[in-house]
Amino acid sequence: MLADDLNLLRRLAWRNLWRHKRRTYIMLVAISLGAWFMLFTAAFVRGMIEQQLHDAIFTLTGHVQIHQKKYRDDPAIEHSMSPPGAKLREALGDKRISQWSTRVRLPAVIISERESRGTTLVGIDPAHEQGMSFIGDPVQLGRNLESVDDSGVVIGRRMAKRLQTEIGRRIVIMAQDENGDVADRGFRIVGLFTAELEATETAYVFTGRQVAQKMLKMGDKISEIEVITDSRDGLQKLTNKLRSAAPELETMDWQELQPLLVATVEFYDAFMIIWYLIVFLAMSFGLVNTLLMAVFERTRELGLFQALGMRPRYIVGQVMLESVILMVLGLVAGNLLSWLSVIALADGVDLSNFAQGLEQFSMPTVLKLAVTSQDVITANLLVIVLTLIASLYPAWRAARYVPVEAITRT
Amino acid sequence: MSTVSLRKVCKTFGEGDLAVHALRDVDMEIGKGDFVCLSGPSGSGKTTLLNMVGGLDRPSSGEITVADQRVDQLDKGELAEMRLRNIGFIFQAYNLIPVLTARENVEFVMQLQGISADIRRQKSKEILEEVGLSGMEDRRPSELSGGQQQRVAVARALVSEPALILADEPTANLDSVTAENLMGLLRHLNDEHGITLVISTHDKLVMSHARRLLKMHDGKIIDDIQQR
Repeated sequence: MLADDLNLLRRLAWRNLWRHKRRTYIMLVAISLGAWFMLFTAAFVRGMIEQQLHDAIFTLTGHVQIHQKKYRDDPAIEHSMSPPGAKLREALGDKRISQWSTRVRLPAVIISERESRGTTLVGIDPAHEQGMSFIGDPVQLGRNLESVDDSGVVIGRRMAKRLQTEIGRRIVIMAQDENGDVADRGFRIVGLFTAELEATETAYVFTGRQVAQKMLKMGDKISEIEVITDSRDGLQKLTNKLRSAAPELETMDWQELQPLLVATVEFYDAFMIIWYLIVFLAMSFGLVNTLLMAVFERTRELGLFQALGMRPRYIVGQVMLESVILMVLGLVAGNLLSWLSVIALADGVDLSNFAQGLEQFSMPTVLKLAVTSQDVITANLLVIVLTLIASLYPAWRAARYVPVEAITRT
Repeated sequence: MSTVSLRKVCKTFGEGDLAVHALRDVDMEIGKGDFVCLSGPSGSGKTTLLNMVGGLDRPSSGEITVADQRVDQLDKGELAEMRLRNIGFIFQAYNLIPVLTARENVEFVMQLQGISADIRRQKSKEILEEVGLSGMEDRRPSELSGGQQQRVAVARALVSEPALILADEPTANLDSVTAENLMGLLRHLNDEHGITLVISTHDKLVMSHARRLLKMHDGKIIDDIQQR
């Protein structure tokens, strides 16, 4: 089709759209609202996914973890490992890695004067935890751990409640040591941390790494190395590099560490496509109906086009172009609306009224909307392609008129 | 050599007892540069015959040749192409495209033919001047009188210089003065440019301008009169 022909079809399609202004405006409003609803929901769901990913990665998962091969199956002290050697340290100096840290992370029991609980003792290097995990953020009450030999303990707010203890009080932590004996030690609670999920507040207790190593007679052994990179995508090459630097250890990226989370992300991605289809289906009824009305109203004119020598495929093109113009205008308005909505809600949507229910779904109480170019392109492209498909029927109807019947119809 | 040739053309609408035989074994030859008038009472088959020649409808049987092409054997797309290249239509109800201006209506066929914008503009200007619509190029059909609309339709039919112009009752909706002007214009084009004209009409004024009069009755040509 020549550019000149396309220009003619575009002119006809555009002017035909404005023959019935009110109908066109109603359709535009409907499409805009549909597109807005589609994209706003996408931003909401994407925000939810992003928040879950962020929380999971910053809850002691990281982008990549290195540990002894049997540690994942049995995170016991006998599956600890030596600190990184020169080769691994060199690999950890990769420019994609923004931070890395070593930890002791072992099962333990925490005992207060009144209660005892199973938990995980995490020995950290506080200087390296900032920007790496939630424990690097300022604690809610008291103080953060200050060094690897800080002998204080930071526990979760909920754990403190369960143990019926508080800052300044002493607790005892028991765990199996390197010799297979039960080691115990008294600690003073120096800080209470909070987390998005209450379960996290009971899952971990933190102390200085060297303090934990000393208590458990581990020497300089550690449980894991956690790595944070510039981006959570495209980690394959980096993971392989780290693997070849320490083949005797197990190196896993966050997708391998959190398969359930990956499945959740995939589920949401599929859900979004289904959601787009549902919203489009609702919009397409209006669109097809409008196009069919326009075609029936213009039967005589479409017959005339054929009588004057317009090929049927051009008539198909004209009707489809009309629907695409209508949809593109609606999408532009819808995209603009959703962009404004996301800006207006930049501080996040407060869902605290539903906090208890949201906990079941690992969702935060303040949800930040997230817009990705991938979601916007997918939604818009899908709508345009489906519009072309939906307008095929009215276009086909328009092209199959017999000219003489169309022209003589009154 | 004939511009239009019909061999035993029949057209039947409906079936069985309800069948209407609009054309019955029509044979007809129209030469290049002819000015033919199809006359006859309503229902005699004039418009049906015109539609068959123009490829707007298909015959039930028989052969139709227009500009050396077997119209009855062409598919929908080929028929559109044949009409585009060879035939200009003038309809009783003008049938202009309402969303296009007079100039755009005239340029419409040329644009489908792939003629460049400059030539289109030049030709449409000339033909609109010739039909007396200079200064009204940018008006839409709704802003023109019936006579003016019909002149736009004539300009549209003529501008691409087709081998054949088919006109169905072109003066039916016009007053006598406008009708006379229109016929004068068509006759002038026939005389000067040798365009073949086939017009179906009841109008004696139109018949008086034709060189050849074909009288129809009950789907048959019953008389073929050379007039001048």
